[in-house]
Amino acid sequence: MKIHIPTPLRTYTGGLETVSVSGATVHGALVQLTTTYPELKANLFNADGKLRSFVNVYLNEDDIRYLPEKEAAPTQDSDELTIIPSIAGGCCCL
Amino acid sequence: MLRLDYDLYQALRAHGEETYPNECCGVLLGKHEPGIGNHVQQIVRAGNTRTDSAHNRYHIAPVELIRIQRQARSQSLDIVGFYHSHPDHPAQWSQTDFAEAHWLGCSYVITSVEHGKAVLTNSFQLLGTSEEDKRFHDESIEINLAATTAQTQEGQA
Ligand SMILES: [Zn+2]
Repeated sequence: MKIHIPTPLRTYTGGLETVSVSGATVHGALVQLTTTYPELKANLFNADGKLRSFVNVYLNEDDIRYLPEKEAAPTQDSDELTIIPSIAGGCCCL
Repeated sequence: MLRLDYDLYQALRAHGEETYPNECCGVLLGKHEPGIGNHVQQIVRAGNTRTDSAHNRYHIAPVELIRIQRQARSQSLDIVGFYHSHPDHPAQWSQTDFAEAHWLGCSYVITSVEHGKAVLTNSFQLLGTSEEDKRFHDESIEINLAATTAQTQEGQA
């Protein structure tokens, strides 16, 4: 399956936008990704091994946090995983 | 340095005037040119999902970002930055902007909109290698006037 890498993380994938991995679950795919590109690990996961709060991972059109199986969700070769850090901000302190 | 054509520069400023008194937001597509900076070739307007406090907050839905990233890919462009407006606030990044900026290497463009008119537009590149050492760097904006004079005139005719 394909994993799409956002611009800032391509520094760690040799500039690749799309990385192909095998993996039967979302977790398996992410493990393979970070095994191939170890420097990605610290950017994606916090010290507890959990996805950083601002890192969104979408399986096709679905946020994996809202899938019933979450990271254990099964994947197929035709699926696409997209890693997309959040975009937000504001003009004043609240 | 952030480079963009005059019509794109005007379009992102106009977006902030349209959404005033709320914040506008959008995505900058283009190419990162090593040693030079981000070169914007297209801007994509995004919806602000923060309808609860749209006057001082913005947020782009990840699903919309994925769609925009797919659009970029099909044109061999990359997401190189984002823009938003500060209604009746200076064109400087806020603590919220900094805390919620995660796209290292990308440019964050902010336009101050005072009483509905776009005033200043500044760009800040997010530098660093991780969340822990990230920082905003003031970057100059180079506007290519020549490329778009014709289009501007066309628009007025
Ligand atoms: Zn802001």
